[in-house]
Amino acid sequence: MFTSHLAASIGMWIAGLLTLMIFSFLYKDNPFYKFAEHLFVGVSAAYWMVVGFWTTLVPNLIAQLWPSHMGNFVPSAVGRRPDIWYVIPLVFGILMLMRLSPKANWFSRWAMAFVIGFAAGTNFTRYIQSDFVSQIYSSIEPLYTRGLSVMGTIGDVFSKVIIVGGLLSALIYFYFSKEHKGTFGRAARLGIWVLMAAFGATFGYTVMARISLLTGRMDFLIKWIGGIFT
Amino acid sequence: MGDAETKLTLIEKLGRVDRRIVFLVMGLAVLIPLLVHYTTMIPASPIVQNMFDKVESLPPGAKVLISFDYGPSTAPENQPMATSITRHCLEKGLRIYMISLWATGPRQAMELIDEVIKPEFPNTKDGVDWVHLGFKAGGQGLINTLLADFRAMYTTDVNGVSVDKIPMMEGVKSLKDLDLIYCIGSGQPGNKEWIQFAGDPGHIPVGGGTTAVMAPQLYPYYPKQTVGLLGGLQGAAEYEAALIARYPKYKDMSRVASEKMGPQVSAHLVIAAFIILGNVTFLIERRRRRKA
Amino acid sequence: MFIPHDPFFDMDRKFSIYYDVIAVFAFILGGGNLLRVHLNKVYQKRTDWKYSIVTVAGFFLMLIAGLFKLGVHAYVQEGVQFSRWAADFQGTESLFKYLYDCTFQPLQSTMFSLLAFFVASASYRAFRAKTLEATILLIAAFVILIRPTPLGYYLTFWLPDQLSFLKVGNLSTWILAVPNMVGQRAIMIGIALGIVSTSMRLILGIERGYLGGES
Repeated sequence: MFTSHLAASIGMWIAGLLTLMIFSFLYKDNPFYKFAEHLFVGVSAAYWMVVGFWTTLVPNLIAQLWPSHMGNFVPSAVGRRPDIWYVIPLVFGILMLMRLSPKANWFSRWAMAFVIGFAAGTNFTRYIQSDFVSQIYSSIEPLYTRGLSVMGTIGDVFSKVIIVGGLLSALIYFYFSKEHKGTFGRAARLGIWVLMAAFGATFGYTVMARISLLTGRMDFLIKWIGGIFT
Repeated sequence: MGDAETKLTLIEKLGRVDRRIVFLVMGLAVLIPLLVHYTTMIPASPIVQNMFDKVESLPPGAKVLISFDYGPSTAPENQPMATSITRHCLEKGLRIYMISLWATGPRQAMELIDEVIKPEFPNTKDGVDWVHLGFKAGGQGLINTLLADFRAMYTTDVNGVSVDKIPMMEGVKSLKDLDLIYCIGSGQPGNKEWIQFAGDPGHIPVGGGTTAVMAPQLYPYYPKQTVGLLGGLQGAAEYEAALIARYPKYKDMSRVASEKMGPQVSAHLVIAAFIILGNVTFLIERRRRRKA
Repeated sequence: MFIPHDPFFDMDRKFSIYYDVIAVFAFILGGGNLLRVHLNKVYQKRTDWKYSIVTVAGFFLMLIAGLFKLGVHAYVQEGVQFSRWAADFQGTESLFKYLYDCTFQPLQSTMFSLLAFFVASASYRAFRAKTLEATILLIAAFVILIRPTPLGYYLTFWLPDQLSFLKVGNLSTWILAVPNMVGQRAIMIGIALGIVSTSMRLILGIERGYLGGES
């Protein structure tokens, strides 16, 4: 039923009209935009709930606790033994939902504590390794690389000096426990210049990203409107 | 004196154009190249070429995990990346394992299967050459789990077939059994989490593509922690160019990224013109104020 | 994480799975909270309460279509009959997929694409070379922007080989690989130190803000 030609045409019209409603905001805020915006909020919340339910809750919780009853939903669960340890996430999950109750919302702190504690523990080691030690290791490289031309060597040495000097200067800028005066202040200023170059690159790429998204929507509108006239 | 005053007023006017005119110019800058099918090819930059070379170096039968960590909002940037890497992998006879850390990822994977894998590689089989395992919640927690025990979370593929019955899942017990993790990301969780929770602790090669917004932030990981990176639509177009250079047959197939670079180029020129215009009017007004 | 041996290794694996499952309950919590806020708004007839009806209607339509797998049929695989409840809830024939394709996908894509217009407006109105720092930012952004364009090619194609590093393409690559990388790395190290110190405070019980205050 939902794959028929008529359904596809209706769907295309709904998508096209919703697209134009969102674009109408560019002129000014209006009821059509508000309608589309509120619809988006409701639909996306339900989408995440449904996807989470069928992809994780059913196969990775309910089917683990009651595999014999879940044969219709998860055929591969038939014949498996119940894993009683999954009561733990079930209990924590229900405690998490207590947050909706004004009187019982303090129960959710237990679930939050587990989630926050787990995240803190894993982040602690991962960020130290990937975003601290590895980054310092990657920054300290031999100044001279063999096999390059004269200009290549000059450029390479220059780049490596910028990498080490720029990194130290930028880190000095982030150190606010000492006043940025004198040599320390000059180093911090150099750090700001390096950060500005990074922000400029980020801005350039951000522009590119936004334009890509607009191109996608324009392409859709061309196909939709073109389809009406052909 | 009168002409100078008129000229200055014109400068002032140019510096205060209504934003709706700016929006209109921007819209036309994107629309017109799409209507005239203006295409441009961009040669691969070193960071993209490295990614290409890594995939190219893998032997037939090597296992590549592609994580679809994006949704329809960034599909114009990310989907061309998925298309290129899939073509490259299947061309080389690599095995593709498709998963997702985002709930919206599986739809993008299905789109890839329907629009690229089935029509262009009809001899490949689901479960033998490629498999779609779908989405699981948890983000970095999921990656952590998969690094230790892949089958603890993925018990079936999206069609409900048990992983024990899928031929290409044989021998895959954790992420460490894979030869490359390729993340197509657009935020969190994404490329960073794959590097932090899989690449570094598991010593597994990680690479991929990301939206242009995220790309500059991932440069610190290159080249030691990520083998390469495709940044935005431009990165996708560069990978397409590298693929065509190595496998010319793809020149006649749809090259979405290269085709979409046309509007990208014209829009960039418009933005550059706006920046120049804004700064010229600003400098002239500032000089006038100082004289006054 | 510090002790990669049993029973801690097994605990790490199990806790990762529990974290993943609890994350789904957070989605359900989000949906429930959304309903509570908007139903309250409708009940109390606050500003724009009529739009809240749209939100709630869209929410229930999507939820019912997905939870009850409307439109999905039983199927046969390798000679075995499976019920519709085992089928993919996002299958081609499902109402959930249909609603996703004609509402969620275009709405989300278009919302994000609006930003292109605002970026253009911001470039024109706010991007000014007022200070040396702003000028550096402007130059870096400008070089990155013109790299894929004919302007970027024609501005510097005439430079001799000895000065090829000043060609826009090479300059853009260098800006990304050196100053941008350095700046991002410095921010990354700063964030890593912040996360490590916050994680320590959480683990030691010094930081309890996530519990929502004393009671």
